[in-house]
Amino acid sequence: MSASAVHSLWTTAADPISKIEAPKIEYAQLSPTLIVIGAAIVGILVEAFVPRKSRYYVQMFVSVVALAAAFAAVVGLATRGYGTTKAGIAAMGAIAVDGPALFLQGTILLAGLVGLFTFAERRLDPEAHGNRVDSFAAQAASVPGSDSEKAAVRAGFTTTEVFPLLLFAISGMLVFPSANDLLTLFVALEVFSLPLYLLCALARRKRLLSQEAAVKYFLLGAFASAFTLFGIALLYGYAGSVSYGTIAQVVDGTVKNVDPALADTMGNDVLLLIGAAMIVMGLLFKVGAVPFHMWTPDVYQGAPTPVTGFMAAATKVAAFGALLRLLYVVLPGLRWDWRPVMMGVAVVTMLGGAVVAITQTDIKRLLAYSSIAHAGFILAGVIAMTPDGVSSVLFYLGAYSFVTIGAFAVVTLVRDAGGEATHLSKWAGLGRRSPLVAAVFAVFLLAFAGIPLTSGFAGKFAVFKAAAEGGAGALVVVGVISSAIAAFFYIRVIVLMFFSEPRPDGPTVAVPSPLTMTAIGVGVAVTLVLGVAPQYFLDLANQAGVFVR
Amino acid sequence: MDNLIALLVAAPLLGAAVLLCGGRRLDAVGHWIGTALAASSFVIGVVLFADMLGKNAEHRTLTQFLYSWIPVGGFQADVAFQLDQLSMTFVLLITGVGSLIHVYSIGYMEHDERRRRFFGYLNLFLAAMLLLVLADNYLLLYVGWEGVGLASYLLIGFWQHKPSAATAAKKAFLVNRVGDMGLSIAIMLMFTTFGTFTFGPVFEAAGGASEGKLTAIALMLLLAACGKSAQVPLQSWLGDAMEGPTPVSALIHAATMVTAGVYLIVRSADIFNAAPDAQLVVTVVGAVTLLFGAIVGCAKDDIKKALAGSTMSQIGYMILAAGLGPIGYVFAIMHLVTHGFFKAGLFLGAGSVMHGMNDEVDMRKYGGLRTYMPITFVTFGLGYLAIIGFPGLSGFFSKDKIIEAAFAKGGTEGWILGGVALLGAAITAFYMTRVMLMTFFGEKRWQPDENGHEPHPHESPKVMTIPMIVLAFGSVFAGGFFSIGDRFLNWLEPVTGHSHGNPPVSALTVTLSTMVVLVIGVAAAYAQYGRRPVPVVAPRGSLLTRAARRDLLQDDFNHVVLVRGGEHLTRSLVYVDHTLVDGVVNGTAASMGGLSGRLRKLQNGYARSYAVSMFGGAAILIAATLLMRAV
Repeated sequence: MSASAVHSLWTTAADPISKIEAPKIEYAQLSPTLIVIGAAIVGILVEAFVPRKSRYYVQMFVSVVALAAAFAAVVGLATRGYGTTKAGIAAMGAIAVDGPALFLQGTILLAGLVGLFTFAERRLDPEAHGNRVDSFAAQAASVPGSDSEKAAVRAGFTTTEVFPLLLFAISGMLVFPSANDLLTLFVALEVFSLPLYLLCALARRKRLLSQEAAVKYFLLGAFASAFTLFGIALLYGYAGSVSYGTIAQVVDGTVKNVDPALADTMGNDVLLLIGAAMIVMGLLFKVGAVPFHMWTPDVYQGAPTPVTGFMAAATKVAAFGALLRLLYVVLPGLRWDWRPVMMGVAVVTMLGGAVVAITQTDIKRLLAYSSIAHAGFILAGVIAMTPDGVSSVLFYLGAYSFVTIGAFAVVTLVRDAGGEATHLSKWAGLGRRSPLVAAVFAVFLLAFAGIPLTSGFAGKFAVFKAAAEGGAGALVVVGVISSAIAAFFYIRVIVLMFFSEPRPDGPTVAVPSPLTMTAIGVGVAVTLVLGVAPQYFLDLANQAGVFVR
Repeated sequence: MDNLIALLVAAPLLGAAVLLCGGRRLDAVGHWIGTALAASSFVIGVVLFADMLGKNAEHRTLTQFLYSWIPVGGFQADVAFQLDQLSMTFVLLITGVGSLIHVYSIGYMEHDERRRRFFGYLNLFLAAMLLLVLADNYLLLYVGWEGVGLASYLLIGFWQHKPSAATAAKKAFLVNRVGDMGLSIAIMLMFTTFGTFTFGPVFEAAGGASEGKLTAIALMLLLAACGKSAQVPLQSWLGDAMEGPTPVSALIHAATMVTAGVYLIVRSADIFNAAPDAQLVVTVVGAVTLLFGAIVGCAKDDIKKALAGSTMSQIGYMILAAGLGPIGYVFAIMHLVTHGFFKAGLFLGAGSVMHGMNDEVDMRKYGGLRTYMPITFVTFGLGYLAIIGFPGLSGFFSKDKIIEAAFAKGGTEGWILGGVALLGAAITAFYMTRVMLMTFFGEKRWQPDENGHEPHPHESPKVMTIPMIVLAFGSVFAGGFFSIGDRFLNWLEPVTGHSHGNPPVSALTVTLSTMVVLVIGVAAAYAQYGRRPVPVVAPRGSLLTRAARRDLLQDDFNHVVLVRGGEHLTRSLVYVDHTLVDGVVNGTAASMGGLSGRLRKLQNGYARSYAVSMFGGAAILIAATLLMRAV
């Protein structure tokens, strides 16, 4: 940077204060996020002031009301046309309120609500000293196996902080796909990531595994965030702005000089390409695409299962939303550069997820690899670069998230003395002992495999169709091949459940409270409705498929 | 009037639904409901016929559109009916003979617990058969075609407690599947060739299509006809189908359903006319079958199986005539109608004999029955005279015309076909006289069965004899009524067309030769079975006799060629599947598993190596992005 540029920077920063205007905030359009953040803060206060005995109920109440109200706000905004005709950019250019944003926010809120039910489940773990407990550690700060842990268990403590943590994570996820500048994007990324790292560490059983998972997730997540942040810096250097709209214009060449202080670097395509690749890499880490997927199996396995279910569903929705906006709003002018690269990523993600899943013996790791393969399928829709691509991805995300939460909720039910029995060999013959649970799980597996009459088929069909029409036919071929590979291990679990002899020391299926039943029921209902009559939701996703610029 | 057409089908269909779904409550009245609905269909048919007669020949075709069945883009299938002179003929035959056989069955099935179900199936058959002949497109015809196949299957196996009946039903069903495949392939070919399968447009377009395609379609239609009409090589099921109750044999396996193949060929006249090679095959099939059936008929001691052979042979005549083209179409249908009368009458007579003889079917255990059952004897006898072509009776007119038409084909073909038809007439006279003599003449040969019950032959009740009498009237007068003044020819010609061909010999010569071979046939049979006593236990017989008793080894042939061949084929396919296909599949699966196991090792649990892989990934991502710009 030359001396004159530095001087110019200084002088810009030293401009008279009178130029600063009060920011104009469209509270109504931001209300979904604001409600959730507000409720999260209330949740913290609840932890501070409400007696331990009643915290669980108060937190439940606050969270459910907040999520329902936020969802109502999203629906209200959508019905008033903020998703289509009145779509616009709010909060001084920081947040976009448009169709994809509202669709994804609605999906995240519903998934969050269903996830909340699995968080609040207190009937599965045996009572500890007369207290009903959930899947979370009695006291997170106590060292595993120590006296203080035993004391906490004896006292019947539960970590009700998970509720505000969940709300914070959801608030970050709500902002992530609607962020309209790179800094907001980064802040939202951290806002939803940090609570998730914490939640992963909070398992009541197998605490060391859980904490290991959390540390790995945190370290690798921080590593990925660093890439993203560096990428943001490079893009700023290229465009002189962090605003999506401005960067897009600079990429197109319609705007030349945004900031005279950056005249030296502006328009340097190397900065653009490297910066864009690094930001995209951060997002690919969050969606779990190969080769940034390595955290997924370890974290999915170690984290408390309700957290895994929520994380697998909602993180994917938020991160794919952000990726869509980045690629469709900021970098469409660069598509000839990133499309082939993303195709490569999609191919290795689909094949890698499907192939490695074959030899998994733990149901949670199996589902983790399955989620990697699904990330590849969704990427195929992203790469289409057509309006159909957007709507197919939106539909897929909605369909996938409920199946995932439902499937992990079923995993919480199958238990033996050591807690959840996640080793596949223990699932042998489950269909003989608990036909209903096994049948429900089979429905979810069939949906993952993309068998017709399930939501998985409708979603896969939509993204593959969009990809084929968008000129990515090769991707569809790979997608179908990896679907075939993936079908093997899904069906193998079904065969194991229904056609194997049950083991004498096999697990029992716990009877859950209505909370988990609701989560599973919603999963089955969405799977079947979107599978049998997907048209209404496809239309909805179609209407919501236009980004505001 | 147009709107009445659907009622023709609806009435028996309603009957089938009511009888089959109604349950035991209807056991007492079921047969009356079934008969009434069959008769009402006949009445509607007569009304439509009267209306049709009142119109000019050009305006006689009625159509009725019910609804659009499968509208998919260029693929349009309607449920629509077409009633012209050809369909009308069939409607009257089906509902008329059908109603008579319903009445007959009231008596014949009196002691059967499942009589209501039987009438339900009969009504189902009528509905399907009417749908078959009334459809205005091949796809709807196919529905009727399959429907009659189903009804036939259900009725052959009606006495399912007998393993032989169940096996026979299965055999009929399986053999018919082969023919049905032919029809479905023909429909597919039509759709690819003409873009439609509605009669009118297909026949209009038939002239413009290539002869190769038309021949393919025509041969597939012929395959279908062979299945349904028991023509060589798909003839093997008809003899076993006699396991069904005798009214079924009369209605379905003599008078109506087995003639569906003839209907199909005559209906598709425009296609066959444009495919002379296929027509030649049709005549060959007809000629071979008419000899085949006749020879089998000579050797059978089971009265129904002898009649079944005869049916096969007579349908062979019709197929032969249909294969002759415009020379023969009208006579094929005329013989079909007269055959419907006399063969149904013969079967009902056989049923009446069995009714009086404790269900004995072996003619060697009959003898001298004419005094015990005079009405049966007279009606059966008139049917017999009709089928052998006794001058003045129905068969005389219709069969004679076919023989004439075969000669009129011209050339060597004409001589061969005519000669075969003439030979067939001689054999017909032989085996029918044999049946007649063994059943009604000579000494009584019945003996007490193993339980000591001696049969007491008696005349059947009126409800059975009246339909036989009505059919006997048809057997005597129908042919003459049709032929005098060329009534039938003028009636049907607008639909099928007609030409006289170029007969090498005069009609009188043909008639006289027919008379001569008739006398020879009858005399030979009399010498064999009239002048000498008939042995109760069948003699060993010549090689040909033994082969004919085994249906000319049709089942042995099928077993060796089709069953064994099929077994070998499947075995080799299974071998290929196990070694080659499974090898590839399992190999792929194993290699995937191996790959998976190796990739899995990358997941070693160390955050540091995960970070390295991310870093490497990021480096590749960036490098690839830059590379894309560079190239």
